Formats: sequence, C-alpha cells, structure tokens
Amino acid sequence: MKPPKFEYHAPKSLEEALEALGRYGGDAKVLAGGQSLMPLLNFRLARPTALVDLNRIGSLAYIREHNGQIRFGAMTRQRTIEFSPVVAQRLPLLKEATHWVGHLPIRTRGTIGGSIAHADPSAEYPAVLAALEGEVVARGARGERVIRAGDLFQTYLTTSLAPDEILTEVRLPVMPAGAGYALEEFARRHGDFAIIGIAAVVVREGPRCTMARLATAGAGPVPVRLRAAEQILEREGLGEAAIEAAARRATELVTPDADIHASADYRRHLTGVLTKRALTRAIGVARG
Amino acid sequence: MEGTGLGWIGKSVKRVEDARLLTGRGTFIDDHPPVANACHAAIVRSPLAHAKIRGYELSAALALPGVVGAITGEDVARHTKPFSVGVTAPIHYYCAATDRVRFVGEPVAVVVAKNRYIAEDAADLVQVDYEPLPVVVDPERALDADAPVLHEAVGSNLAGNRRLVYGDPDRAFRDADVVVNERFTFPKYASTPIETYGVIARWDLLDGVCTVWSNFMGPFIMHPLTARVLGLPENRLRFIVPADIGGSFGIKSSIYPYIALIALAAKRLGVPVKWIEDRREHLLASSSGTDRVAYREVAARQDGTILGMRFKWLDNVGGYIRSPEPGCSFRPTGNFVGPYRFQHLEVDASVVMTNKSLTGPNRGYACGHLYFETEGMMDRLADRLGLDPVEVRRKNLIQPDQFPYRTPSGGLYDSGDYPAAFDRALELAGYDELRREQATARAAGRYVGIGLALAVDPSVSNMGYVATALDPQFRAKPEYLAKSGAVDSATIKIDPLGRVIAILGTTPQGQGHQTVVSQIVADELGLVPQDVTVVDEMDTFTRVWSISSGTYSSRFGSVGTSAVALAARKLTAKLVDYAAHLMELPAPSLEFRDGAVRLRDGKGPSYSIKDLAGRAHWNTESLPEGMEPGLQATAVFGFTVAKAVDAEDRVNSSNTYGFIAEVMAVEVDPETAAIKILRYVTVHDAGTIINPMIAEGQIYGGALHGLGGALYEELAYDENGQLLTGTFMDYLVPTASEAPQIEIAHVVSPSPLTPLGSKGLGESSSMTVPAVIANAVSDALAPLGIRINELPMTPSKLWKAIDQAQRTPTGVSAPLASGALQPRRGVSEPRESRALRPRAGVSEPRASFSGHPRSDPTSRTSLQ
Amino acid sequence: MVTVRLNVNGVAHEGRCEPRKLLADFIREDLGLTGTHVGCEHGICGACTIMFNGEAARSCIMLAVQADGAELMTVEGLMRDGKLHPLQEAFREHHALQCGFCTPGMLITALDLLRTNPSPNDREIREGISAVLCRCTGYQGIVNAVRAAAPILVAGR
Repeated sequence: MKPPKFEYHAPKSLEEALEALGRYGGDAKVLAGGQSLMPLLNFRLARPTALVDLNRIGSLAYIREHNGQIRFGAMTRQRTIEFSPVVAQRLPLLKEATHWVGHLPIRTRGTIGGSIAHADPSAEYPAVLAALEGEVVARGARGERVIRAGDLFQTYLTTSLAPDEILTEVRLPVMPAGAGYALEEFARRHGDFAIIGIAAVVVREGPRCTMARLATAGAGPVPVRLRAAEQILEREGLGEAAIEAAARRATELVTPDADIHASADYRRHLTGVLTKRALTRAIGVARG
Repeated sequence: MEGTGLGWIGKSVKRVEDARLLTGRGTFIDDHPPVANACHAAIVRSPLAHAKIRGYELSAALALPGVVGAITGEDVARHTKPFSVGVTAPIHYYCAATDRVRFVGEPVAVVVAKNRYIAEDAADLVQVDYEPLPVVVDPERALDADAPVLHEAVGSNLAGNRRLVYGDPDRAFRDADVVVNERFTFPKYASTPIETYGVIARWDLLDGVCTVWSNFMGPFIMHPLTARVLGLPENRLRFIVPADIGGSFGIKSSIYPYIALIALAAKRLGVPVKWIEDRREHLLASSSGTDRVAYREVAARQDGTILGMRFKWLDNVGGYIRSPEPGCSFRPTGNFVGPYRFQHLEVDASVVMTNKSLTGPNRGYACGHLYFETEGMMDRLADRLGLDPVEVRRKNLIQPDQFPYRTPSGGLYDSGDYPAAFDRALELAGYDELRREQATARAAGRYVGIGLALAVDPSVSNMGYVATALDPQFRAKPEYLAKSGAVDSATIKIDPLGRVIAILGTTPQGQGHQTVVSQIVADELGLVPQDVTVVDEMDTFTRVWSISSGTYSSRFGSVGTSAVALAARKLTAKLVDYAAHLMELPAPSLEFRDGAVRLRDGKGPSYSIKDLAGRAHWNTESLPEGMEPGLQATAVFGFTVAKAVDAEDRVNSSNTYGFIAEVMAVEVDPETAAIKILRYVTVHDAGTIINPMIAEGQIYGGALHGLGGALYEELAYDENGQLLTGTFMDYLVPTASEAPQIEIAHVVSPSPLTPLGSKGLGESSSMTVPAVIANAVSDALAPLGIRINELPMTPSKLWKAIDQAQRTPTGVSAPLASGALQPRRGVSEPRESRALRPRAGVSEPRASFSGHPRSDPTSRTSLQ
Repeated sequence: MVTVRLNVNGVAHEGRCEPRKLLADFIREDLGLTGTHVGCEHGICGACTIMFNGEAARSCIMLAVQADGAELMTVEGLMRDGKLHPLQEAFREHHALQCGFCTPGMLITALDLLRTNPSPNDREIREGISAVLCRCTGYQGIVNAVRAAAPILVAGR
C-alpha cells in the first residue's frame, strides 16, 4: 500500500498553486490535510500525475469574523476549529460537529476546506455548511467566485468546483445569539463516518420558532437540507406534535442508499429518529 | 487473588517485556533486517473470485528499473509441491494459484524489487489473463447439485463430512418430552492483529539451507508441511521467530504458505527476499474463522434434563482447505457437550469450499461457534419449558464430584466446580436483582435483557484431534500413522553466580512469557524474578521443539509453564545430589528450599544456589563421581492424556479444561437498535493463576474479540465473491469507546495434570461473548418475539427485525420470567420446524437473509 | 528526489527520498527509528501516530517531504534522562500493553489527549484513545493507565 509515483509541488502562495494546478489540466490533485486523499493514494485508487500541496501556504489558515460571517481559510485545521474561542461562541454547532470528525490525530491534519471539497456526504462539515446556509470561495485562473452550499455538492465526492479551481475559504453566518443547536449522529463506532447525522438549529421566540435549520449527513449522495421539515416548525412552533411532524416529514425528504453498514430503510428511519432527537436537544438549549 | 500461596506465583509481577516495548525498542519482523541487501516483494493477487489462469505477461514489470525479477504460479507448480491437507479429498493447495484462482486475493505472482514502492509499481504492471468462472460463496448453495465446483478432482465442494455418533441420540430424541430446533449462522471474522504477516527468506544454495525469519507462531505441524512443499529435509529448513510478535490470536498460524512462496522467490531469484503483508492483503487473504450454518436440535425432559443433542454444521473454509482445518469442526471434539452431562450426541460436520478467503484458527477456534449455538439452545429450551435459564443450566451441569470427567466424545475434563463458578457469576452480577430491574424496565416499555453463557474452555490442543476428520476405516489402515501429542520444552541454565537463563521453545505474541517464566523459575529456585533472564526467540535449529510446539490453543499457561517447572526441578534435584556429596550426607535427608539446599529438619549448614553454582562451574573435581558437569537442564513436558482418536471417534481433543460463566445485561434502543451493555460479569476457572494481571489482560482482550464478532466485525462478500469489508473503515475493529467494562472473578480448581496446577486461558471470553450477548439481546427483545440466531447483530439488521415485529400483531408482550410459550421470531426468519438431515451433501433450501449485508450493494465508503 | 531536513526527538536529521515516500516509512527506514509502527497505511489503526510539531498525527498518511522543517517526536523520544516518562510508567503499572505493537501510537495519542484535556473522565479517555486500535488489551488497562497518569502529568507541569 504505497502511493504511485507523482510529481509534487508545494507552492508558498495561492497564485503559485493555481499556476501549478493549471499546468496539469485536471490531472493534478490538491492535497490539503490529506486524511482522505492519502489513503486513496496508498490504495492506488487515486493516481494523479501531480499533487499540489497547500500545506505551505500559510495565508490559507485563518479564522476571521466579517460582516456577520465567520470566514475560515481553507487550510484551517479541524483541530484549530475545535479549540477556537470564536467558533465556540459564534458557531457552537460547528464546534460540536468537529468533535464528531474522525479522531483528534485526524483533526490535527484535517482541514475545513479539504473536508468540504472532498464532499463525502456522510461527513459532518458538509452537513453543517448546508444547515447554516454557508458558502465557499473558489479561486481559479479566471478569478474568484462564491458558491452557496446548495450549489456546491453535486453527488458522492463531487462538487461544482472546476478542476483548476481551489476552494480557498469557507464562510458560515454567525449563529443567532441564543439559537439552539445540536448534531445527533449514529455511527457503528466512535469516530466513524455517520450512518446518519442530523444538524439542527432553532431560534425561538417564546413558543414560536422564528428559524429552523435541519441538514443530514449520510442520507443520500449529498447533504440534504430538510426545508419542508423546517417549515413545519417555523409554522407550528416547537411543541411535541410539531417535532413529530417534522421528523416524519424528514424521512420523506431523503433518498438514502444502502451499503454494507445500513440499509436504505434503516437510514430513512434513523433520519426521523435523529431529527427528533436533534430538535429536542436543540430546543432544550435554545434561549428566547 | 488465589495462587499457590508461596513466592512469586500468583503475584501480578510487572512485565519485563514492557521496558523495550514502551520505548520503541521491540524487535518485530519489520524492524531489523537480519540479512543485508534483502529485496522487497509485492504479491500480485487475483481480482476475481473464480477464474482459470490462461497466462501471464511480465515483460513490462520486469523492464521497470529496480525490479529484480518475478515468479508466477508456473514456478510454483514446477518447483513446489502442494501442501498436505487434513482431509482425504484430492485438493491441491499450493502456496499460490497455479492454474485457477478460487478467491479474491489469492496470490498469482510475486514481484521482487529493490524496495516495496517499486515492487508495487511492478506488480501493477503484471498482466494475468483470466477466464472468469461462476462463483459461489454460500456454503449451503455450494452443495447444490448445480453449484459451480471449485475443485474438479473432488467433484463437489464438499471437502469432507463426518457423522459422529456418541451414545444413542436417536433413542434420546424418541424418549424426549420436548425437542427444540434452531438454525444459526455464525460470521466469518478475524482477529486482525495490528502487526501484519512478515516473511524474510534467504536461500543458501551451496549448503542447501533455507532460513526464514517470520512472525510465525509455530513451528508446530507447519514446519514439516512447509519442508515437504519446498522439497527440503527438515534439518535444512530453519525457521527463526523474532522476540516480538505484534499479536496473532491464531491468525498468524496461517502464514506458512507465504513462507513457502517467499522462500521460493528467494531461491529462484537468488536474493534474500522480504515481504511485509499490508492491511489490504491481510483483510483479503490472511485468515479468519469459518462462517458456519448450524442446525441444532435438543431433546429434553419436561424438568429440563437434557437427553441428547444433534448438531449439523456447514463450515465454510473458502477456496481450499488449509491445515489445520478442518479444526473448525473438530477442535472441540472432546468438549462438544460443553459443561453439560448429557450422553447422547450426533454431530454431522460438513466442511465446504466456496470462493471466499481461507480459514484457520482464530481466537476461540471453533468454540465461539459451538457455544453461540449451545447456549442459544439452552435459552430456547428454558423458554419452551417455562424455566428460568439459570435453572435449566444448573439442572444439567457436570457436578464437582464427577471429576475427572470423561465426556461421551472422549474429552477428559481434568478438574472444576462448575456450579460454584456459575453461582459466583450470578452472585457477582446480582442476578435476582437484575431480573427485578428488568421487570421494572419492561413495565416502563424499555428493552432490557439478561444473558447467560457457560463454557468449558479447552487449552492445549492434542494434535491428534485433527484425525477425527478422517473415517475410522481410513484410520484403521496399516499404513496410517496415528497422531497424538501436546508437548513443550524449556531449558534452564544456572551461571557461576547463581543466576539463570531460561530458554523457551515458544513464540509469544504479547502473553508475557518472559515475565511468567521468571516468576516460576524464581519460585522453583528461590530467586527473585530479576535473577532470571528469559529467551523466547524461536529458532528451529537451536531450540528443543517438537511437532506440537508453538504458541496456540492457549498452550503456554498449561504446557509451557509445566516444562519450565520440570526443568527447574531437574536442576534442584541435581543441586541436592551435589550438596549431599559436599556435605557427606544422604541426599534424602536434604531438600532444596528458599534458594538453598538444606537439611530437611532445618538444622545445620546449608548450601546456597550461588555457592553450589560457583563450585560446580569452577571446580568440576568437586562433583560426585558420575555426575554430569554443568548446571543446565532441558525438560520436555508432554501430556499423557493426549491420545490418538479411537475407533469410536472419541478423542481428548485438549489436555486441560477450564470453565467460564458469564452474565450480561443489555438494553436495546428500539428506535436505533443500538445495544448498550449495562453489566458484564465473567468468572473463570483456569486452575492456578500464575500472574493475575496477565491473566486478566487475556480475558479483557478475549472478550473484546468476541464482542467484535458479535456486533461489528465481518468479512462480508457479495455474490461475486468480492470482499465488501476490505479496509479498516469497513471492517470494524472495536475501539475503546465500544469496549465494555468487565467485572472479572476467578474460581480456582488446580489441574491435577500440570506441575503448577495451571491451565490455559488465552482464548477465554472470545468463545463466550457471542453467546452471552446474543442471549441478552434475545431476552431484551423477548416482548417482541425476537431471538438472535445470526451474527453480527448490526443495528441495521436488528432494527429490521424490531420494525417487522412491531408491525406484526403477534409480537405482543410476553415476559420471559413467566415462561409464556409464545412462538418467537428469529432475526432472519422462523425456522423452528426444520428437521435435521442425516447426511450432508444434499442441498437444503436456503434461508432468505433479510437485511443481511451481503444483499446490499457495495459499500461506497469501501476503498477496495 | 527531495531533501528532507527535520528534527526528531531533539536531533537534526537530513535525508533524501522520493516525494511519494510516506513519513512513517521515512522515519523507520531512513532514520532507523523503528519504534513507530505501521499497521494499516490508511489512517485508521493509529499505530504510526507521532507528534508533528507538537500535535499527534498519523505518519502513514503524510509524506516525508511534508515534514521538511518540522519537529517530530516519536516513541523513542519519550524517555528523559534514562527514565521512563510517567505515562510509560503508568502503562507498565496498569498492564496497558501486551504485544506492544500499537503501544507507540497509543502513548503519543494519550499524551496529546492529556495535553489538550489534562483531567479527562473515563468517557473522554475512551474517546481520545479510540484513535488507536488495540487488539490485545480490551483497552481497560490503557484507560486505567491514562487515568492514573493524568494527575502526575498535571503535577509535573
């Protein structure tokens, strides 16, 4: 299990990286944290002509607050996010989700940009991006563009990023103060990709729900925003009956696949169970 | 903690192995190349489960810079013999495929290069021309008349079948008040040691010696087998095992075909060759336990007394039968009846070949299967009779006054007090209180269950058991050589300062032999463990060993320790004779005690071991006439109860027999089907415990292996014979977050057969956890009418059963304690009415495995 | 070929290798530090875990060239002044190892856990060491050892 030969570039700047990437016309791979790509190389399931390693580009690792958003440089390590006071305060859902990403030594190297660009629909960060209606910034030879979460994920391990584009920044709107949140996940072992994960955010005003956000991990080829379920809560409030109805609706909104770990039926069922549990817990911590 | 009450035995002495292992100074196979300029091998493996090989194209691979050469199945066919197999069917198992591949991952060629990276590059360039053949992976389907046949010379996929009859089972079933039937399936899983296989081979063409370094846990029977395959006399094939092996759990006993393959590559290419298996290779093609379909029947009286049982097994050994298979069926021959007294038993064991990877010993070898079925039947019987599962077990236990106990299948249980150990487990678990808590939980709509499992824990296999696979008529032929035995050796040397080096013929994989031996020798010679240096690097040229030598089947705690004690006693006897000569006293008036030869009455002068050692080494004139100079002794300990299988198929398949009693309480979340272990109590009787810390470490580890097989681990295949769990992302090894807390207790019934009274317990709870957790989950889900008869209990499968039960009106509440007799539902489907067939080889309608992973499409998280 | 200069256990090293060479292989083969073990080469088993610039990371899914300029600590660097590290002592005391193959990765991972969470409860210890697979111990001895070492490391700070 040794990687095949490849040409290796470790540019110091984003411009150099884009230049190197452009040179290979789609035959090069961008190496971020490497926690998914390196296993693929070791299994020789990926055989790129070249690797463009972003790890030497210091300017791609940052956490900044800007215009009601928290902006993450793509190379910000999951571990940095896990221990970031800004994230804890402004994006507690992301902090909770980070705890579910692999294990600490994986998070040492794994990056927010890499996780989202890899687009594993069972992963936690894509679900959070979808739930919080975040966006990413892509830089290519022709300049920069912003891609909304809903437009980014195409199918398994596939995004709308062009082969010569690099995801440079992830932007998540600051969660409203007092918002309730939860990430409920069911995996067969601690640290595994989710069989099903549900990210939930609720903003309440008394018995009313002014905002509900629900997104899945593991329930299909891309993270699924459960908008119709959210609307039930926004319409009917946060009572038990509304939660039940939202959970039921959630099961109708997903088209999960089967794999060795779970049948499609089980995944659909879990979508409902975990939606209910995530909402219940989120409502429990919501203020307002 | 119980011990012998004296000295170091019975103490949790800290391990001498730890210092090097904690500081990165261990010597594992991949660490220190023992030969200069070894080249590195990559093995080309079949991507197809069944195909004819039409040809090889090596030119691109050989043209790659850095490549030394390659060998293919053609070289294997020309220059090696097939391995002997444990059955009479004409199965030709070579160290690599020669004309046909029979499982995904089967070796077809070896490429050797200056490093592993280049070797893998070259392996990618090897072209093999395959003609695909139809595939069969299910052992029942494999016996259908129209199933693809793997070995044309055999004519079917049945490698062997034995119908073993003990007592008069037909009569027992005629006389029974109740008969309970069930079908069970047990998964194919493996202990996947974190260190993979490794082989380094050097062939000295001038003196004709092949030296192989490997992390093999033999040599046992595999050394002569491999010598024959390579066409070498046994004294020209040298196996060396480094001091440290990174776990085995039985799996590394199956490395020997690679020893032959890499040795052949070294010979053909004229260079030393090193091959380190990678994880993908390990999961694809190392070894595992068998997947088994079992049909069980129990005959009993109304009061719960068991009259007899019938077992019908289909053990799936994969593409070939690799020795020591078919141990999968016969290793527990002597303990087929477990801890129960019934006398009438029929075992119909079929060993079936399919297009899956090969099998072999895996921790608990065959006993995890056995007790999953038997203990499941005990609960079903209790349920049928409206008895508490405790009562039906108690009713049938072998009693303490029956030891030594001869089982109907030939086992000789050496010692034990099964009721006492069982009571200890129940008391520790607070069984009655647990039942009360369960009733409360049930009333609140929670699914809490309590499981029990009892098992006889066999240690030190008698290698003669394998012949049970052969017909008695075959064994009766004059040219047939009977087989029996279980021996181990140890050499102890006392240096002129009275310190000791002990040399073992064992191959530990983490069991702490050096520590345990230092304790034994310290006690025997009146020293402290620090005075004893223990060497356990196996070398077949220099160590004393025999056919059964090695570290497997929980041998060391029983047979290895016995050899050490005997060697020490030989030396103390010599020291007494020597001292008697020096003291001019009759030897019988002296004894060796507390590190010195002393007068038995305790008065007068004494000679310390240091004093005697100095004199004996420095001044041989001081020895009595006729005494051999030197202070060293070798002892070979062999069990005299290890006899060949008799004409009635009875065999004492192991030599010492411990006992395990377990209680587990679980709660099942009916929404997610997650299983939470609330309590887990395990009580062991392994005779004298030499080092409680090490013994308990074995229990913790064994239990987690059992839990892995019960809940997480499966080498699952699709219908094309492709492995679906070929990475550690999909083959789920339990982590610390999945590991339960375990409450351990010991009961001590010293073995009368070993000098120290010890027995083995290396496999321990690996053989009971599948049973105890299946029973606990079945009990939890009893209100839904669900019974577990298939492992692993994945949440997806379990949820499907729960969901179906909840949709079915018959799945109403039926508290087990009241003994209600409602029909129950298996996880797959009800099969209660299935009758056992008298013979295998006839096809059986297959079960539809509802929710079974094999029917699922390939995992998308799978990287393979 | 690329040149890799790095500091391992306080000692400066330099080596040349192909860009594709895995860091774990470089540490073992080029630097001769065989205490770091390789168990799966896809980042799951954790036997190869090392300290990379002070944080635990898998060396089997990193390239050696990525460690150019880095500071590493491997299991060989744990001892100080000829004495076992308190965590090593605790592993010995609590029988936290049997075959010892996962142990180097387990020690490094546990050390990182205790650095980021100096007083973990048992659940946190189990979650933390879930990063490394052990097939011998059932993990109980390891949990006990980490629990016992935690206050000693706090006191030694």
